[in-house]
Amino acid sequence: MTKRKRETASTAALLSALAAGAAVLALPLLVTPGHAADPIKIGAIAEVQAVVGSSIPQAAQLAADEINAAGGVDGRKIEIITYDNHSSAAESVRAFQRAVTQDHVNAVIASYVSEVVLALEPWSGRLKTVLVTPGAASDVITQNIGKDYDHLKYTFHGYLTSTSLARLVCAAAKDLLVDGLHMKTAVITSEDAAWTTPLDASYEKCLPEIGIKVLDHIRFSPDTTDFTPIFNKIEGLKPDVMITGVSHVGVQPTVQWKQQEVPIPMFGVASQATNSSFWADTNGATEGVLYQGVSGPDVAVTPKTLPFVNAFKAKFGNFPSYAGYTSYDEVYYIAEAIKRAGGSTDSDKLVEALEKTDYVGTIGRVQFTGKDSPTPHALKIGAGAITGLMLQWQDGKQINLWPADAANGKVKFPKFIKVGANP
Amino acid sequence: MMQFWQILIDGFAISSLYALGATGFALIFGVSGVLNLSHGALMVAAVVAAWAAGSDLHVGPWTGAAIGVGVGFIATVLTYFAIVRPLQETRKIREEEKEIFILTATLLWGIMIQELIASLYTNNAKTVEPIVAGVVWIAGVRTPANEIFTAVVCWLAIGLLWLLVNRTRAGKALLAASMNPRGVTLLGIELSHVYIAVWAIYGVLVGTAGVLLGMFLGVSSYSVGPLTASAFSIVVLGGLGSVSGALIAAYVVGYLETVTAYLISPAYRTIPALLLLVAVMYVRPRGLLGRR
Repeated sequence: MTKRKRETASTAALLSALAAGAAVLALPLLVTPGHAADPIKIGAIAEVQAVVGSSIPQAAQLAADEINAAGGVDGRKIEIITYDNHSSAAESVRAFQRAVTQDHVNAVIASYVSEVVLALEPWSGRLKTVLVTPGAASDVITQNIGKDYDHLKYTFHGYLTSTSLARLVCAAAKDLLVDGLHMKTAVITSEDAAWTTPLDASYEKCLPEIGIKVLDHIRFSPDTTDFTPIFNKIEGLKPDVMITGVSHVGVQPTVQWKQQEVPIPMFGVASQATNSSFWADTNGATEGVLYQGVSGPDVAVTPKTLPFVNAFKAKFGNFPSYAGYTSYDEVYYIAEAIKRAGGSTDSDKLVEALEKTDYVGTIGRVQFTGKDSPTPHALKIGAGAITGLMLQWQDGKQINLWPADAANGKVKFPKFIKVGANP
Repeated sequence: MMQFWQILIDGFAISSLYALGATGFALIFGVSGVLNLSHGALMVAAVVAAWAAGSDLHVGPWTGAAIGVGVGFIATVLTYFAIVRPLQETRKIREEEKEIFILTATLLWGIMIQELIASLYTNNAKTVEPIVAGVVWIAGVRTPANEIFTAVVCWLAIGLLWLLVNRTRAGKALLAASMNPRGVTLLGIELSHVYIAVWAIYGVLVGTAGVLLGMFLGVSSYSVGPLTASAFSIVVLGGLGSVSGALIAAYVVGYLETVTAYLISPAYRTIPALLLLVAVMYVRPRGLLGRR
């Protein structure tokens, strides 16, 4: 091959045509046009191509449509502007800059990936723009706010922190596994990601408190394709249960668990299992998988839950992901906060108003921890706030098992699971 | 001892799959000199098609698998006619520059397929419903029956390919084309027919390997790059263009990965194989059985 390059017009044209083709496919930026005189603009930066992320802009749009149909916020319409971040932190930062400086949004709802939100958090401070995440979990997000409140107060954690998730999983495990099935041992099994570091630390603390001995703690790369060696190792430890922390992976470990008939139940946080499409994605291998959730398709957590689920299904043809519920609520309580701030969209006033949020949404009662907390702007959990659920895939349906007053079924495992086989 | 059998069985299944995937890739390079960087995308397309047929059209696992192989085949043949052939035949690009153009074009084509799949079916992982379910016990190891099925189908496909190349007239023409394209033309064999035949064979291999991978481990649109890279490194390790070299390399890589995953950590799975590749490049740049 010659080293000398002689670019003819046609070769350049060919390359640019290919590049343009790739660019067209790679950048489906959806910009919703708006014509209202002085609309409130909310940016939605999300992983549009991922099942969890795709619900974020859709649910936000649904909330905006409902608010607008009811007359808007004191007559002003809400406009949602969607940015696809291709699951990339770098693209999210560019989208955030563009949303603030060019599109002049008043607030941003962004992402279910902790790495993305942690990258956006300092930008929310620099550009003094409210950022609410409907799905990231890392505790570091609110810990950062605690360390540098004046600069980072514009960020709100609109979903449960990893520590909260772990505490809710342990509370459910106490009732369902310890009291219900007399389980005594567990192996913590989680993907290596920002959100699972605090999750695993909390698991290690709260599992012994409810009487479950942690035999080992296995973290695996989210790039893992073959889970056989991992399941093999876990089986060798003979635990009663695997306590999970998975979000980036989901389909592959579930399908291989079923295919290899690993006789140990899975219980914990499995974000992809919250999607209604998970049954089809795993060809039914998810039968018997137990997962923490803030909502379920047939669970009326609050009077707002089922009307939202039905409206979403009617409009988009599928059920919302967990980040859809929170994204929908976020548009509502941002709108309320603007109203409380006397219609002002000034970011500092909006932060003050958002801190006073007391809103019953689709997943429970939303209140944020105060500025004096070590982790400001985290959702409050527990009785009277958000309690969460523990669901199980049974025969193609997501059945809620916990807490007892919201349960619509009982624990049931596929045949290959041996409960109580490891004394 | 138990772990020895576990590694032996698991490694065999994964290596067989690598072998099937890399065979087609090696064949295409050997015969037509094309390094097809859309290889991974074609495999993922086959998986997603088989999955979609099962979950959207509710067809059985055999039909689903057949649809997957069919889509893999069509996508591969389309790659040849829409991307590779026009570049091979154009007079606007100088001969010695064509290789790099084809390399770039197939890479971009792969990205387009990847993005198309992600926007239609999301970038979440998909798996194909296995044709054989359940587990069997081999030497005390609980082995999914699907793993045995995978290995058997891979070797059937590779065996058929061997028969085709070595025992039929068309196959011999194909072999001859890989050795001396000009000589084949002088014998009155239309080179472009040979190319079409070899891309068609490649299409079936890609579709089959993809569907089996979908049943065994599952893939997402993110798998496009790693799958191409894995086929590429196996083929380079075995010797560019040598199908038997690729087969040996597939087993070397497959077992090296499995041993690493079991004895060291699943997180370091791919690293020793890549180090081996670098070492081979230093000591024996033409690969294990390479001709050039």
